[in-house]
Amino acid sequence: MLLPIVFTIIKILIIVTVILLAVAYMTYAERKVIGAMQVRLGPTHTGPYGLLQPIADAVKLIAKEDLTPDMVDRPVFIIAPLLTMVPALAGFAVIPFADNFTMFGMEIKPYITDLNIGLLYVLAISSVGTYGVIMSGWASNSKYALLGSLRSSAQVLSYETAMGLSLVAPVLLAGSLSLREITLAQAGMWFVVPQIVAFVVYVIAAVAETNRAPFDLAEAETEIVAGFHVEYSSMKFALFFLGEYANMYLVSTIATVMFLGGWNGPLLPPLVWFVIKVLFIMFIFLWLRATLPRLRFDQLMSLGWKVLIPIALANLMITAIVVHIVR
Amino acid sequence: MNEYLPVAILMLIAGAVGAIMMFVGGLIRPKKYDKVKSSVYECGMPEFSDARKRYNVRFYIVALLFVLFDVEIVFLYPWAVAFGDIGLYGLVAMFLFLIILVIGFLYEWKKGALEWV
Repeated sequence: MLLPIVFTIIKILIIVTVILLAVAYMTYAERKVIGAMQVRLGPTHTGPYGLLQPIADAVKLIAKEDLTPDMVDRPVFIIAPLLTMVPALAGFAVIPFADNFTMFGMEIKPYITDLNIGLLYVLAISSVGTYGVIMSGWASNSKYALLGSLRSSAQVLSYETAMGLSLVAPVLLAGSLSLREITLAQAGMWFVVPQIVAFVVYVIAAVAETNRAPFDLAEAETEIVAGFHVEYSSMKFALFFLGEYANMYLVSTIATVMFLGGWNGPLLPPLVWFVIKVLFIMFIFLWLRATLPRLRFDQLMSLGWKVLIPIALANLMITAIVVHIVR
Repeated sequence: MNEYLPVAILMLIAGAVGAIMMFVGGLIRPKKYDKVKSSVYECGMPEFSDARKRYNVRFYIVALLFVLFDVEIVFLYPWAVAFGDIGLYGLVAMFLFLIILVIGFLYEWKKGALEWV
């Protein structure tokens, strides 16, 4: 009884460490990639090729003064960054990173737990992150923060509907909500082939869910300075950042598992395939940020409700009919 | 229960990591109180009113629409999982449900609930 728990804790520690490091180096990759797209160099001075930049940033954020303005609602103000970060990390509990394999004569399962309602769990836990944003905006008692958090919640709610609808179609094909079984069902053909429409809807909704450009109205610097985290400084600010990037990784892994076949792929080991696919989706995030200008709020809402939801709904109905005829 | 124990452990560890990151830095970071520095940011101007005032009712409408749609989506998931077993009966039943949903959606659209003014 004790040994499996120790095993699970070791697995959790490894996964949390890897995610934190991946988040740190995503900020580096983001600057480098966007720098290259805009014919700049990006960070070059800290370490070889600027590779120590994320570490320098972390040290700076830790050593900065942690300001708490006088008028804020203190307990809520402190809990809010934790409430954005913890759900983003907790979502990784059900992600199958690779197939089961044997090492040192033991069977190793490269996931923390395999819930039979895995996908539903991820969707539920990632919605909790919105509370962090709303609470931070309300607790800050700043007009910019309140506006940013209201916008963010309206946006996340609208796109969550489209996201949920687009994910029903692959579930229909796999006949299971367990992410491991969905991956196994894609051994022959990745679901992106029959479900290309759902995949595109999902990626657009995922960009909006994580408040990334071109849907970053919640933190539009030019109109509401930084949105919901304008009053945050030091490590509390860093936790919001961490939550945002961990969420980007989470939606990318879900896209990988649901549409791109998870660990399935020829020649290379399963884990390598998984990482390549996740990084590919992350690259799309950066690419969109470097390419597209920010939308207006009414354009954002009409894209979500009048374009993505009808498309996802129609796709679902057509998929259901086709699956019924083929079976 | 056993399947959910790792989830609880993960949440505890993630929370602990976050709390440690937030509070350990307090040992080395400066802490000097200043009345102006601790006032709410308003582009350098003295703040003139409390931020917690009325805001646009549109946000409520979006929240209401979301509750309606999300409940329906949660209803779709078990149907999608069981789809292989329920056959034509399941297909027709869900399509009747979806058609009612679409009529409601079109009604909302025509009434202007989806317009952001």
